[in-house]
Amino acid sequence: MKALRKYLDRIKPAFEPGGKLHAFHSVFDGVESFLFTPNTTSRSGVHIHDSIDSKRSMIIVVIALIPCLLFGMYNTGYQHWLACEATEFPFWELFGYGFLAILPTLVTTYAVGLGIEFIVAQWRGEEIQEGFLVSGMLIPLICPIETPVWMIAIATAFAVIFAKEVFGGTGYNIFNVALVTRAFLFFAYPAQMSGDNVFISTEQICGLGGIVADGFTGATPLGQIASATSSDITTLGVNGVAISSWDAFLGLIPGSFGETSTLCILIGGAILLFTGIASWRIIFSVFAGGAIMAWIANLFATSSYPASMLSPIEQLLYGGFAFAAVFMATDPVTGARTNIGKYIYGFLIGVFAILIRTYNTGYPEGAMLAVLLMNAFAPLIDYFVVQANIRRRMRRLTSKS
Amino acid sequence: MTRSITLKKGLDINIIGEILSPSPLNNALIKTIAIVPDDFPGITPKAVVSIGDKVKIGTAIIIDKNDPNIKLTSPSAGIVREIVRGERRKIIKIIIDCTDDEFEQFDTSLINNPDASRLLLQQSGLWAHLRQRPYDIVPASTSFPRDIFITAFDSAPLAPNYDFIIERNYNTNEIIAGVQLLKSLTSGNIYISTRKDSSIKNIEGATIINIEGPHPAGNVGIQVANISPINKGENVWTLNIITLCKIGHLALTGHIDPTTIIAITGSEIKNPQYIKAIEGANIEDLLIDNLKTLNNIRLISGNILTGHAITINDHLRFPYLHITAIPEGDKTDEFMGWASLSPNKMSVSRSFIGHFLKKKFRPDARILGSRRAMIMSGEYDKVLPMDIYAEYLLKAIISRNIDQMEALGIYEVAPEDFALCEYVDTSKIEIQKIVREGLDYLRHEIE
Repeated sequence: MKALRKYLDRIKPAFEPGGKLHAFHSVFDGVESFLFTPNTTSRSGVHIHDSIDSKRSMIIVVIALIPCLLFGMYNTGYQHWLACEATEFPFWELFGYGFLAILPTLVTTYAVGLGIEFIVAQWRGEEIQEGFLVSGMLIPLICPIETPVWMIAIATAFAVIFAKEVFGGTGYNIFNVALVTRAFLFFAYPAQMSGDNVFISTEQICGLGGIVADGFTGATPLGQIASATSSDITTLGVNGVAISSWDAFLGLIPGSFGETSTLCILIGGAILLFTGIASWRIIFSVFAGGAIMAWIANLFATSSYPASMLSPIEQLLYGGFAFAAVFMATDPVTGARTNIGKYIYGFLIGVFAILIRTYNTGYPEGAMLAVLLMNAFAPLIDYFVVQANIRRRMRRLTSKS
Repeated sequence: MTRSITLKKGLDINIIGEILSPSPLNNALIKTIAIVPDDFPGITPKAVVSIGDKVKIGTAIIIDKNDPNIKLTSPSAGIVREIVRGERRKIIKIIIDCTDDEFEQFDTSLINNPDASRLLLQQSGLWAHLRQRPYDIVPASTSFPRDIFITAFDSAPLAPNYDFIIERNYNTNEIIAGVQLLKSLTSGNIYISTRKDSSIKNIEGATIINIEGPHPAGNVGIQVANISPINKGENVWTLNIITLCKIGHLALTGHIDPTTIIAITGSEIKNPQYIKAIEGANIEDLLIDNLKTLNNIRLISGNILTGHAITINDHLRFPYLHITAIPEGDKTDEFMGWASLSPNKMSVSRSFIGHFLKKKFRPDARILGSRRAMIMSGEYDKVLPMDIYAEYLLKAIISRNIDQMEALGIYEVAPEDFALCEYVDTSKIEIQKIVREGLDYLRHEIE
């Protein structure tokens, strides 16, 4: 570490004003503060600070996402093997296949997103911020595995520039960057982003994988239900076997890369709640709102809206609901910031997610749109909560006089 | 019956360097003292002595240019050695050699007359030890408070034990006399907030309130907010019980008592202890031989949350009760500290192992991160036991929105109330500085 420190100290002057590489000073600052905790000491106010900083809180989220990422790799392989009508499922080959399938997307997202962040930070004369570490991890997890890499690149660039940097950068954005990426893909390339095959990787990669059978169906459970025409809502896996709730809980179903496993999402959620990085108020109330809305929809179940025939448990297990509740709704920047506001914000996300997916058959998945909608309303919810405080203070004044 | 209030929000920070056995009390021999007018917000200082002048204990050395009745007086008798000035000849401090022990005698014969009491406090300089809310400033000389709030304990990290100081240096008669004098200056109540086990039980003329809970329970502003909050247009005075004792001493004897008992604490102190000295004493005389090192050290006059950074050549700052010494830490190279699993990292976050350990930490003065926009939410609310949305108030202050500041309760707060918010802040924002600037801005715009 000493040698590294010395090396940084030696090249530092080149990045300072007047130095040859001054144009890259924000990159240098970013790397330096990543490697070594800044040793600036407090100039005003408190003399000691808590050890937590925003790097720490971001990295905890990234760690919490790792179970979903690893499971997504396995499941990508598993679904591919199913589509090939395989009977044996060698673990490491499945996993290796999934790893190779997601790698280009992961690399592209980080390269495009961090690249833009570096340029903007340089232009603004600021230090590189770590916000995109989380977004860059989220984007591959919420996209279908077969999304072309160039689409991911364009969507990421769009989201980082127009959902984040134009508002002022990390901490100032109104909409969740990862969800804007997903929404951009969804609305800009509807033809490529829907259909049966986008959720299953079909190519051989580096000799891994097989030739997929003709005519397999890789539709997600929610996709199948949305297009159901009778009151029969049995969903089938890629191999034509019915999907049980247990499969959906484990995540061995077709779906966006990292969203399928409720189990892994709950492990990530446990990490976030234990460390206190995510708000339990939001997570709890998203599930509560979703369960209540699903129960109501189920009460009035009708075959014209097939998703209404799903039980509340199935509603919470399928699609991106759990992922949105744990990782998307809890984004502190775009969510509600007051404690009471968090209950309302979370509850309405749950309600809208189920409402959209049940009663708008055009959108089989409502979680993404529900979170984006409530992102827009979060400041309004907080406004009313803060107004209540202001009115309380006013009443205190008038009751005195 | 004594009212009890239990506060749930807040945080007790456990750090190394507390005073274990307070008994033997050393007298420090002090060569020079200094008065720093910046310690008395709201005052525009004007020196009324010049270098070489002889002053007694209680002689006015600085007056407020805009309100000449408000005076800062000398806590020691001797010769004015130096008037240190900064930019635009602003007085930084006035240094006085301690060569004498003559007292200025004040007239206490008319003590029951409110105007005489007011004048007595102003002449003696003790008026400047009072604070007024809104704005957290020295009250104007004509100020008439709604209520007066006195805190009888300090809950800050490593803070001095006021009960011990009172036992060693003051007596109950002084507390009673102090309350009587203040009583004549308000038509409202005098509240004294204590811990349950305090020796201060029944004081005639005062309402005793028991406050339980973690820091900032001892902050008088927090007490005001939970006893009887300030509304727009009202003003209250705040002080600590030590100042009350000094006021009582003045009322009983006619001269001020400049002695003070100072808690010398912190991880870089060899032997944490109480020392008897005088207000504004020079630090070298107080800390001589008691510092582990002179390099990479941060000396703080006051506690680690609200104190002033000083050097060994400086002087003790108001309220003259506490010194803390911690490592500066600016020479530390911590590799990827954000990923640390070390149990020595102190944090309120459960993502650090240290959070779960019941041990005392040795933090340094690094901010341990970089400044960011407000990202995490709800952090401030956990450590601020007031009905105030700290985040929204701060945003109103930063945007200089006066209506919003008023509506969100700026009249109720002082920078010190936000010290813990600043400590826990992930984004490392200079919150106390922002609040101080907001209060000054508001006062400037409104008055």
